[in-house]
Amino acid sequence: MALTTSTAPAVTGGRRGLGVGFLVKLVVVGLADALGLYGVLTSLATEQWGILVFLVAILAVVNWAYFSRRAVAAKYLVPGVIFLFAYQIFAIGYTGYVAFTNYGDGHNSTKSDAIEQISMQNEVRVEGSASYPLTVVAQGERLGFAVVVDGEAQLGAPDQPLAPAPDATVAGEQVEAVPGWETLRFVDIASRQAEVTALRVALSDDPADGSLRTQDASTAFVAVPALQYDAEADAFVDTADGTVYTPSERGNFVSEDGEALSPGWRVGVGFDNFGAMVADARMAGPFVQIFLWTFAFAFLSVVTTFALGIFLAVTFNDQRLRGRRIYRSLFILPYAFPGFLSALVWAGMLNDRFGYINVVLFGGADIPWLTDPVLAKASVILVNLWLGFPYMFLICTGALQAVPADLVDAARIDGAGRWQIFRNVTLPFVMVTVTPLLISSFAFNFNNFALIYMLTGGGPNFVGTPYVVGHTDVLISMVYSVAFESGSKQYGVASALSLLIFVMVGVISWLGFRRARRLEEI
Amino acid sequence: MKMRRSILMLGAIGASLTLAACAAGPQEGPAGGDEKLTLWVDPNRFVEMQPLVEAYQEESGVEVELVEKAVEDIGPDFVAQVPTGEGPDLIISAHDGLGEWVKNGVVAPIEFADKAEEFLPAAAQAVAYDGQFYGVPLALENVALVRNDDLLSDTKATTFDELIEEGRSAGTEFPVLIQQGEQSDPYHMYPLQSSFGAQVFEQNADGSYTSELAMGGEAGHAWAEYLAKLGEEGVLDIAVDGAVAGQAFGDGKSPYIITGPWGIPGMQEAGIDFTVLPVPSAGGEAAQPFVGVSAIFISAKSENPVLANDFAVNYLSTEAAQDLLYETSKRSPALVASADKVDDPVIAGFTEAGAEGAPMPAIPEMSAVWGFWGAAEAQIIDGQVDPIEGWDALVDNIQGAIDAG
Repeated sequence: MALTTSTAPAVTGGRRGLGVGFLVKLVVVGLADALGLYGVLTSLATEQWGILVFLVAILAVVNWAYFSRRAVAAKYLVPGVIFLFAYQIFAIGYTGYVAFTNYGDGHNSTKSDAIEQISMQNEVRVEGSASYPLTVVAQGERLGFAVVVDGEAQLGAPDQPLAPAPDATVAGEQVEAVPGWETLRFVDIASRQAEVTALRVALSDDPADGSLRTQDASTAFVAVPALQYDAEADAFVDTADGTVYTPSERGNFVSEDGEALSPGWRVGVGFDNFGAMVADARMAGPFVQIFLWTFAFAFLSVVTTFALGIFLAVTFNDQRLRGRRIYRSLFILPYAFPGFLSALVWAGMLNDRFGYINVVLFGGADIPWLTDPVLAKASVILVNLWLGFPYMFLICTGALQAVPADLVDAARIDGAGRWQIFRNVTLPFVMVTVTPLLISSFAFNFNNFALIYMLTGGGPNFVGTPYVVGHTDVLISMVYSVAFESGSKQYGVASALSLLIFVMVGVISWLGFRRARRLEEI
Repeated sequence: MKMRRSILMLGAIGASLTLAACAAGPQEGPAGGDEKLTLWVDPNRFVEMQPLVEAYQEESGVEVELVEKAVEDIGPDFVAQVPTGEGPDLIISAHDGLGEWVKNGVVAPIEFADKAEEFLPAAAQAVAYDGQFYGVPLALENVALVRNDDLLSDTKATTFDELIEEGRSAGTEFPVLIQQGEQSDPYHMYPLQSSFGAQVFEQNADGSYTSELAMGGEAGHAWAEYLAKLGEEGVLDIAVDGAVAGQAFGDGKSPYIITGPWGIPGMQEAGIDFTVLPVPSAGGEAAQPFVGVSAIFISAKSENPVLANDFAVNYLSTEAAQDLLYETSKRSPALVASADKVDDPVIAGFTEAGAEGAPMPAIPEMSAVWGFWGAAEAQIIDGQVDPIEGWDALVDNIQGAIDAG
């Protein structure tokens, strides 16, 4: 960059033409286009249509924005907007999409994948059948299997059942060469692996006899499909008893008796995921508790940290205090450590039997700081107070500088006491500056996953809930538990919950900022 | 102005780069025909597998690229990546995720029936699911009782209660250590639970598991009450997590600890004189630890199925490969011929303790069990719930999760 500016000494300023600046632009946009084109080709090859459309659109916009003379504003906006789409809108959109599907364990891919996998899992080796040393042979594109059965060389291809090949050369148990066919070596096979494993050579004209197949291209065995996919009827049929498995609305092949084949595939499930938390009576109660606790936790966290923060800020703002700087620096310390690390350390210190708090401060008492529901909640609030007050202290100290000293003096002359001055003069001034930060602090604590996860893990757990959730879980840590920790992973339900949280935080922030604006007008 | 414009250009490049990176799929395809397999391993296996991978390349000319993954990420990443086509050709992992992988359709069946007999029964059972084989077993792992020989030189106890008494006679802080934590640790306690006859799932005659829970009923209640008793007596304490337990044993605060081979290097470093023993029965029946089998599995969407099968099934199941793996890993080999050659007393001790063990269930229902199981046991040990009620709620929950799954 330094190079481009220094080698462009006296290009006529302002006028657009074929100056060095234009050349640089040409090269850079050209590079961007080349990269974009590479992306387009790649997505074409991997059949990622969504990405393809997105890339083409972006390339068009970028070229238009930087070569058009009228798109001055767009020149500045385009990069930011592109990143906004790639990192924010896409993530939100995708979460929204997942929230309406049954994506999760057992339903994590497409229907065609499911069909392929069910076929693969249900093609079983004929019991008691032998395995044969195999020779893979080829006639150009056409592959065939050659094996020795009962001392006789036999050859078959996909369109031709196994038949004797009397003129083949045999070495021991293995066919060495067949006239008219090329014997494939390991190296040749490596480039045609999928073809080799997909090849089935029927033993006879009767499909019930099974077919020869191989997995390693060196041994063949006889296999029969236990379940056969019928593409026309879009159903699996059990070859033994004729049971038919048809696709269900929930994304599984299901028999009439309700027996489902796995894996399934992703399907849309409408609003089911949004009601999942309250649909189950065992979950409804805990869900409401977690919901209320999330609000209580976020509210109390803000109130306690702010109260302590402003108290310390006012106290240590007093000119008469000596060594204020040292104190202030010390207060910032908890803020300087990574929060999740502090939470882990606190979890250790609050351990019932071996924690520093019980052993040293309470002389070996057995106080269940993190295992009693009420105490655990109190511990969470207290630890968050320790973690959060420095931030409040900092912003309040800053805000205090904006309080006009003459106003405070005037109040004092009018005979106001300290408390009155604080309530009626200092606090309103501080609040104008601090309220937006309090709102964002509320939103942050509403989603304070790291603290809960590291300190209590959500525990103590509720007894008898269908997900592993506990008394100190907030909504976001509950989402984590639903998505990853409670056995079968349910990304759909977790995404639905995430969306709800997103909406809630949005509404709260909006209400809060509206109030804050009114505060400013006073 | 020009300066700013070039900054914008850089932005545009950045954007395109990012998107190109998003779009870039698997580049190596059949076109190149490059003979290379990708194998996901955890950091321990990474070192152990290196010599095997080199030996295989010398033999067949096929390069196997080892990709290091955190132990806890291998399974979930495998499930997430295979459907997108970005997954590996092979993974080495504990076998207990198998059911979940089959349920998600990410693992390919292999032709292993002929070779299965050459492996230890628990190892072969572990890689079978629903009548098909899916992996080649490499090594076995299970918990055992480890004694600090400096504190107690002889173990006569035949029951767990007697063992506690013996432990007390050593006059240490703990009679016996079993790691717990806020979510307890059902895995380490399974030999005790199974000795009450409260196995997790019903087993078929061939050792495979059904999805029928066996933890409930009388046997489960007896175990729950025993747990509550141990909790009340202070033998078990949820405050004693893995780190606390390991530290306490290292400091000579207990003559006994129940742990697995992963706990051994720490003891050897600490210079402790120890002996590995089977866990005595608590409830009268055989104390069966879970046997975990580390095995190699092939992705259902591997683009190199033939090479992957050749490496996993034809090469890693050989005596030479299993011998080599034992040399580098010092873990009980899964192949009988290799296991018979082991003369290390520590490994022999673990093998003996696991002789009657049951393979950890690999059915997908198992993933629904762990979380509830640990939480409920923690509540019982800590006296937060009545043992019978707590245990019944646990069984209901697991059943509910299985029905819903």
